[in-house]
Formats: sequence, structure tokens, C-alpha cells
Amino acid sequence: MHGSHATGSPYAPHTDAERSRMLEEVGAESVEDLFDIPAAVEFDGEFGIDARSERETRRLVRSILGRNDDLTELLGRGHYGYYVPSLVDHLADRSEFLTSYTQYQPEVSQGFLQALFEYQSLLVELTGLEVANCSMYDAATALGEAATLAERVRDTTGYRVLVPDLLLEGRRSTLENYVAGTDLAVEAYPTDDANVDLAALEDLIDEECVMVYAENPTVRGTIEEGLESVGDLAAENDALFVLGSDPIALSVLQRPADVGADVVVGDASVLGLPTSYGMGLGLFATTEDYLRQVPGRLVGASEDATDRRAYTLTLQTREQHIRRERATSNICTNQAWVALRTAMHAAYLGPSGMVDLANRGVTRAADLAERLDDIVGVKAPVHDRHHLREFVVRIDQPAPAIAADLEKRGFAVHVLGDHAIQVCVAGVPDERLERFVAAFEEVVR
Amino acid sequence: MSEDREDGSVGEGAAGPEGTAGEEQVRYDQARYVENGQYEPLLSEKDLTRVEIGGADATDETGDDAESPLPDDLTRGSLELPELSEPELARHYTRLSQMIYGIDSGPYPLGSCTMKYNPKFTEDVAALPTAAVHPDRSERSIQGTLELLYRLQDYLGRIGGMDAVTLQPPAGAAGEFVGIRVAAAYHEHNGEGHRDEVIVPESAHGTNFASAALGGYDVVALPSDDDGRVDLEALEAALSENTAALMLTNPNTLGLFERDIEEIAAMVHDVGGLLYYDGANLNALLGRARPGDMGFDVMHYNVHKTFATPHGGGGPGAGPVGVVEDLAPFLPAPRVREGGTSKSGDPTYELFDPEQTIGKVHGYQGNWLVLVKAFAYIARLGDEGLADASAKAVLNANYLASRIEYDVPYEPFHHEFVASAGDQDAADVAKRMLDYGVHPPTTKWPEIVPEALMTEPTEVEGEDTLDRLAAAFNAVAAEDDATLEAAPDRTTARRIDQTSAARSPRLSWQALEEE
Repeated sequence: MHGSHATGSPYAPHTDAERSRMLEEVGAESVEDLFDIPAAVEFDGEFGIDARSERETRRLVRSILGRNDDLTELLGRGHYGYYVPSLVDHLADRSEFLTSYTQYQPEVSQGFLQALFEYQSLLVELTGLEVANCSMYDAATALGEAATLAERVRDTTGYRVLVPDLLLEGRRSTLENYVAGTDLAVEAYPTDDANVDLAALEDLIDEECVMVYAENPTVRGTIEEGLESVGDLAAENDALFVLGSDPIALSVLQRPADVGADVVVGDASVLGLPTSYGMGLGLFATTEDYLRQVPGRLVGASEDATDRRAYTLTLQTREQHIRRERATSNICTNQAWVALRTAMHAAYLGPSGMVDLANRGVTRAADLAERLDDIVGVKAPVHDRHHLREFVVRIDQPAPAIAADLEKRGFAVHVLGDHAIQVCVAGVPDERLERFVAAFEEVVR
Repeated sequence: MSEDREDGSVGEGAAGPEGTAGEEQVRYDQARYVENGQYEPLLSEKDLTRVEIGGADATDETGDDAESPLPDDLTRGSLELPELSEPELARHYTRLSQMIYGIDSGPYPLGSCTMKYNPKFTEDVAALPTAAVHPDRSERSIQGTLELLYRLQDYLGRIGGMDAVTLQPPAGAAGEFVGIRVAAAYHEHNGEGHRDEVIVPESAHGTNFASAALGGYDVVALPSDDDGRVDLEALEAALSENTAALMLTNPNTLGLFERDIEEIAAMVHDVGGLLYYDGANLNALLGRARPGDMGFDVMHYNVHKTFATPHGGGGPGAGPVGVVEDLAPFLPAPRVREGGTSKSGDPTYELFDPEQTIGKVHGYQGNWLVLVKAFAYIARLGDEGLADASAKAVLNANYLASRIEYDVPYEPFHHEFVASAGDQDAADVAKRMLDYGVHPPTTKWPEIVPEALMTEPTEVEGEDTLDRLAAAFNAVAAEDDATLEAAPDRTTARRIDQTSAARSPRLSWQALEEE
């Protein structure tokens, strides 16, 4: 039969007899005859990679990853360890979802197209904007795409992109790379107690601004209180107001459409994906006005020959495979399967579950802050704001040493400068938070 | 043709596409669910529940009030989404999955996409609890993650003949963009910032053009010669002191190896440009030739193609970028290196920023779970498995081409070939092939071949499957235009109206409700 595949690719099914017949059919003596590679550039060396059985390979990966410490992560800033229901793993792992590709033939891809259409609809409800694409890579690249969109749609010639001074380095740097080929320049505006400093923003903004970016909640976990003013300032200066958020926060916080947001970006993988070393799902939603300038794929409803509703990729003339250098974006392979997982997780929670999850992020963060604040030499939260999921803690002692001590006790936290750490409650079970408080009391003693 | 069946059942005796004479007839019907005159309803059509959100003083008659710990002016008024039970959702998504064609459903010879079988065990290793780590963890606490990244960097460097590799780009096009940004930083560093042109062959992937444009470059399109390869005279004319790079796929999208690669590299390097390798077609070369040895300075790898990580309905992929030594200082930050030895004598790993780094192109380190799968695939196959994969991918393409009746104008091709549908419309051919239970090739591209059918069977298909694929091609080749235009007939949905979808876009269930 097919043999043991002791050598060669275990996933190529050819028997020796089959291979001989096929070679005969194509009129070649050996497979080597089919390669048309000049001798000068032929590779006759070895990679030095040993083949392994499936079992040995599993053992190898398990052994390597076994070097990761088992820590309780009180880490946030866009990536959260929310519990992902088993439904998501089992159904998203169905191989038709996993092993298909972009829906270039919609008639045999209705299931995926519909799931992506439902994902787009989820974002439309959460943002209040009319159009959502069916994924970007992550929050940082979505922000970069928002800036290039701003450059395309903005009427007058402007070049300034305003972002908060607290913007995560990874997002800022990615944004800088995305605008490197344009005339845009990224500038930071100051924050006040972690929220937008409205007075400072008003001084900075002018008609040269094509875009103002704010996040809700902020990277410090604070909930913005002046977003409508940011929206007004942007509108008065004909700049796009781009708001960063995520599906859980959007379940309860002010609707972006209601504060004047033109574009919403962020990481949607807070639903559906465990912490995956930064792997994400960039959400991107905007108003109908910019429909034909949206980057990435869009799924639309249409009809088939039986007049039944059917789904298809649409407005593909924006995309690189048709428009080439005049495309709205270079994105091709996106994060469709992660979007599927996000939609599944949201559907599992339903509106009550989403709102509940967000509200618990507020109350649990407040509870933890209160308990930490009771400890001598500790102030929490540092910012006098409402918080979602995470907050900053000031400690009298050196923060790096405290964080290292906490890590030895099994807890990972962010370090913020010499005397501050940031902690996050998302996805951390109550009993772990209890143990964290106890450990924290010990290390700051 | 039979009546459209409302219940998705397979009708006895219904006429189906027939195989070529003398071969067993394949009867194919894709799953379909119809309820109230439409296919599987949307979640929103099964239920929509509005939850009112208000502060502690808010009231709601429905009893669905979700009291918020936040003041009213910081919250939205309500949220309206489907509220379904877990069993209902399980059925919904199971039905959706059955209305999708994947590589586990049958052959998927989508040219240039390298739809090869995705080993199941790699899903298991990516799902290990130890793989789920937060990107802001201390380096000390994620030595396993860093070691795996380091080893994968090393594997990819050896496979591509490259000196340094970054794993950060989350897709092939993102890798192209990194290559372009690295090239720009390199030229800038050398006082050559005036270089503002990137040359791209007409037959290249559309992403090449878009990535170069996103990087701020003018794109110079390069025509092919009569053999389908780079036209050296046209290249000579296109090259200048303004050339930043030439982006090339080898074998190219016609499956043809650019035999003059050494001369091409010399020509590009002579004017001070860099040679970029688009790794989309690397599956043809594994163990037989390496971009680094051919004179390429920078390349990306499509791990979802070459290294069998699932395409996931359009992603996630991963597009690591390899470079020669001179370009290594410009790679995105951070990268992973060995940093010392642990108490037990094992090497330890650390992150570092290359000296002249372009910064980041992703918030963190790209699509980690995809990288775990790629690592496992490479470790499973090893040298022999990788070389065998490319051998059989090339054998399969040649075998399939020899069995089909459509004309294949350019050869000798490697892992893929481009046939011409001749007088037939390639898009219609593709629709009709769906009725034979196989996924069609990429159509109408590259444009060098009229009515192109760009076909890449990959190494994972055996003789029987290739024969079945060929039978589908040949059956369609013998059919008339009316049959093709009426196709498909055996799929979940019949031919879908693309024009009206674009003319009046309806992109959400909210848009449908408004009608």
C-alpha cells in the first residue's frame, strides 16, 4: 500500500509504482529531469534538519514549550486571557473552516462567507458605523491602514497624524512604518491623568491634521470622558476621528458613532483567541462615506440563480489582486479564521453575556484596586478615572524588583517605570486574584 | 437538470456531471440547508435580543436591564445581538462548515496558493497550554517560546540560504512590505535615498505592486519575453540609478524557472539595486535551490503555503522575511538570539533590536500560533521530507498537465502550470468544475495566457485524485458555453450575482433589515 513513509514527505501519497507510472506518462526518467534549474544555482547541500515521526515531533514541541513558566498573567494592554468556550475550539477547528482559503468561488464557500458577514454585522452593531471589513492583522496594522485611508479621503492637503503620548510602542512603530511611504507625519498629543488632554489637543490640532487617534479604554485601562469633544475638534478641523477599542469594551462604552468616530480600529481577538504571544485580529469599521476606500476584504449579500440570498466577496476592485499598485491596501491573506472565532465567541455570549463580561471588567478592576490600595506604601488606581479591566498601581518600592518577586510567586504584571506597575483582571479567576493580593502584600512588605 | 432540492438531500437518479467515458461517474452534491425559502438563516434571523444598558438608576420594562457600574454618559444605551443556546449555535456553525469546500473536502489546485494538506497534529501542538503566553511576559519566563522562534528562524535561514530571519510579518504581503521597508532603510543608510523605483514583472502577484506602492515607491512593470520569463532587454531598459529593487518570483507564476537568474541578479546589483524573492512559489524549490544562492538579497516565506499551516478561510498566515548579512541590521525589532546558558546547561534566548531596525510592522511578534505549526511541519519532514515534497509537487503538476486537454502554452513548468481555456471563458470553466466536486484553478491570471487556468495540484494528491481532476477538466473542455454559463448546479448556492453585490453593497444584517 502506501508504505510507512519512513523517508520523504509523509503527506505525499505516492507509492513507488505510482510514481513510476506517472513519470512514464510525462516521459521522464526521473523526477530530477523535471527540474529546469541551472547547475550553477542548484543546491546540493543539506539543511541538517532530521526527520521525525509525528510522535517525536509532538514530544519535541512539547519539550521546547515546556520551558515556558506557568504564570498567572495579570497582563493586558490589548491582549487578554479571557476564557474561550469549548464551542469555539471544536467548531472553528472543523476542517472545512480551517482548510479552505479565500472565498474566490463563493458558490462552494457560503458557510464561511456567511460567518464573515455575521462578523461584519457584529462590528456594525458594536460601533454604530455602517461598514466593517472582515479583518486586518491586528490593532497596530489596522491603525496604520486607518492613517493611509485618512490620507486618501481627506479633502485638503494635510500631513499630521495625532496620537496619544501613551500609545503603545508597537502600535506607534507600526503606524510609522505604514506612513513611511506617504507624506504623513505622526505626532503625539499629551494626556491628562491617562485620558486625552482636551485643552492641549485643541491647541495642537489644525487644518493640517488628517487624523486624530484616541483609545477607549486607554492603554492604562481608563475610560475616556471627553470623546465627544475629541470628535468635535476633529470634525471642526476636517480630520478623521479614529477610535481604538475592542468588542468587549464596545459592548458597554459609548458607541463610537455617537461620539463622532469616522473609523474604529482595535484588536477583536479579545474574543475567541487565548493569549497567543501577540497574535491578533485587527478590527476595522468606518462610515458608508468611505466604503470604496476601505482596506481589506468585504463580504456582501447578493442573490444566486435561484433568487435566494447568497454571500460573496464584493468591491474587489479596491483590492491588490485587481488594482495592484492602486489598491487601497496590500493586504491579501488576512485573519479570517480568527474573525470566525471572535464571531462564535460573541454569539456564545450573546448581548447579555457581552455586557456582563464588560461590566465585570469594571467592577472587578475596582475591587482589586481597592484591595491593593489598602496596603501600606501602595496607591491604586493611580488615575482618578473609571477603569475597565486594568489599572496602574504606584508602589514606594522599586517596581522592577517587585515585579520580579511577583513572578517568582507565579504572577506576571507590567512594569511602568521605577515605581509603578499595571495589573489586569481580565480572564483571571477570583481565587487567583485572592492569591495575587496575598503575594502582593508579601512582596511589598 | 433536476429540480433544485429544498432539503439538501441527494436525489436518487438526478443527472450529475459525468466523468470521461469509461471512468467511474462521480456524483457530487454540496450540503445545502433551506429554511423559509432561503439558505441557512443568519444568526440575526434566528434571534435578536436588545439589552438596555444604563446606570444604577435606569429602568427597563423588559427585565433585560443590564445595570452598569458606569455613569450613563460613559455608556451606550443598548446592545442588540443574537441570543442563542449553545446547541443552536453548534448546529448553525456545523451547517455553515458543511457549506464550505476545503482541502479536506477534495483537491484544491488553486494556482500560486499552494493549498496542500494541513497535518492534524500541528493543530494539537499549537493548542498546547504552554503555547498560550502573553506578549508582554518577561523573556526569562518564556524561554520555550523564544527557543521555538529561534529554531524556526534558523530552519528558515537554512532552507532559504539567508543569513538572518524575522518572524514578525503576519502574512506574505506583510513580508513583502517588510522587504520593501528594509530595502528603503538600507538605501537610505547608504546615502542612496533617491532610489524611488521598484521593478515588478507583469506576471507577479498583485501584492508585489501594492506592497511597493505602500512603501512609497513608483512601480515599474516589466514585460515577459516570448518564453514567459523576464525579458532581459526590457530589464536592462528598466534598471537605473533610481532602482531600489526588483521583486521576482522563481519559479514565476507560469511555473517557469528564471534560468537567467544569475545574470538578472548581476544586472540588478550592478546598478546598486536589491533583488527581492517572493516566496509564494518556494514549494517548487525545497532542497533543490535556495534564493540566497541565486543572488537574492531579501525574501519572504509563506508558511501557510510552503509549510502547510492551514489557510483558515483567508488567514491567518505568516510571512517571515530572510535577508543576507548586509541587510540584517535593518530587520524589524525585536529578533531572537541565543543569550547564554541556563543553570542546567541549556542555551537561553533573548530578544534584541537590530542596530538600524525599521521598528515594528505588527503590534507584537506576528502570528505566533501559525509559526508553531510551521515549526512542527518542518521538524516532522526534515531534509528528506522537504525535498520529497517539492519533487512530488513538480511531478504532480507535470502529470496533471499531461492528462488534460486544455493547451498549456508555457513549459517546462515546475509546481504549477497555466493552461488556456481557449474559446471558453475561464471563469465559467471554473464554475462548471465545481459541479464535478473539485475546486477549480485560479482563473484569468496571469494575463499573459488568454483565459488562464493557473493550476497547482501540490504534492499531496495521488494518481487517482489527479486522474479525477483531469477528468473534470476534460469533461468541461468538451461542454458547450450554455452549460458552462448555467453552472454551478451541484453546489450550495447556484451562480451568484457579483455585479449587483458590488452595485448596491449590503454588508451587514443591519443593511438587509433596512430594505
